[in-house]
Amino acid sequence: MGVEGDQRVCIGAGMCALTAPGVFDQDENGLVVVLTEAPSGEAWDKALRAERLCPSGAVRVGRSSG
Amino acid sequence: MTTAPPAFPQARVCPHLPPPAYAELRQGPALRRVTTHAGQLAWLVTRYDQARTLLKDPRLSSDRRRPGFPVISVQVVLLTERKRQALIGMDPPEHDIQRRMFLPDFTLKKVRERRADIERIVHEALDEMMEHGPPADLYREFALPVPFRVICRLLGAPWEDRDFFQDAIRRLVRTFDTAEGRQAGAELLAYFEHLVTEYKKTPDSAGLIGRLAGTGQISDDDLALAAMSLLIAGHETTAAMISLGAVTLMENPDQLAAIRADPEAITPAVEELLRFQSIADSANLRVATADIEIDGVVIKEGEGILIPGSLANRDAEVFENPDTFDAGRDAGGHIAFGYGRHQCLGQNLARLELQIALTALWQRIPTLRMTVSAEELTARPPGAIQGIDALPVTW
Repeated sequence: MGVEGDQRVCIGAGMCALTAPGVFDQDENGLVVVLTEAPSGEAWDKALRAERLCPSGAVRVGRSSG
Repeated sequence: MTTAPPAFPQARVCPHLPPPAYAELRQGPALRRVTTHAGQLAWLVTRYDQARTLLKDPRLSSDRRRPGFPVISVQVVLLTERKRQALIGMDPPEHDIQRRMFLPDFTLKKVRERRADIERIVHEALDEMMEHGPPADLYREFALPVPFRVICRLLGAPWEDRDFFQDAIRRLVRTFDTAEGRQAGAELLAYFEHLVTEYKKTPDSAGLIGRLAGTGQISDDDLALAAMSLLIAGHETTAAMISLGAVTLMENPDQLAAIRADPEAITPAVEELLRFQSIADSANLRVATADIEIDGVVIKEGEGILIPGSLANRDAEVFENPDTFDAGRDAGGHIAFGYGRHQCLGQNLARLELQIALTALWQRIPTLRMTVSAEELTARPPGAIQGIDALPVTW
């Protein structure tokens, strides 16, 4: 399992796009978009941080893809 | 023998530091009883983890009209009276529906497109201040007008009417008198109801109000109330952070020098300022809609909950030496913008404004200094967005 962004719960705070810009973005409505489903290295760490900072629980990051 | 629950919130002594007694509250239990401005018993959350857990819990309501909502100021009294609530006082699903209408103006991309505009506004304010001074009032001449102008442009609220806005908002958010506050709130709301009508007659989608007026997505009344709330929330907090941020940086000249020497250092420094100041405790108020068991206590349905950032953001288990201002630390996990579904809509705009304003300030005026000590500045009463209403400086 990699990176998931649930637009149904997203509140568009933009923390994910700010924290892990190569992994997440916001669409024009402000909702989460996943750019990289299986990031590695530093991008993976940033994705985990984005999950921790996401205020709504829309960002989920699973097991590392290695 | 038991002692009466302490009053909360308490007053700051030095405006850029939390009230002295908060340090002791942090040493106590994660949840404890306190007494509000209105004399209610409510729960105070003193730790970071419990604060985040509760702010994300759907059983907590933000609706000011619900019995038991913690009344910490005259301003909250006024909100409990309102038939309609703005975003900050709504619960899902209404909250989420309305928030999504505003989001397109607050995305990271849209906010970053405003950089040049914000830089121009910042430099024009500095030009004007430097023409008059020294000395100057950094709050009145810089910290206040910059975010005010930015949010007016974002909303499409006419800048020509700034004197009316600022006077009415001051009467609403600074008063200790419910009648005065009610009157000022009514004047502002009437103004925005008229503005929505004008936008319907003459469509102009450059700003948020014009983009939504007459589209049928939102009623005219709700749009007027939203515009009024966004105008207030969009500048009051940022103005406080620019001014208190400047105070903290002037109080820490070595760190200020390091920030000035490295253009990238302002980004983490702003996060640390947000953590260190935690000015918006008054936004993190909730009431329980069910019994909630947490940390060995039960918050009963109908009980109020205060979740202040000024305590959670100084939790020593999360932020090492929390009372030390350290512009280089990783403070990114702070909840100065709140947490959960109500987390600040304009947080990325605020970040950018703070980064630009606090960088330009010392680029233009390297010798800037206060003419009084930080302790001599007048703190706002507890219950308000924390900040100062005057900051005498010279250069």
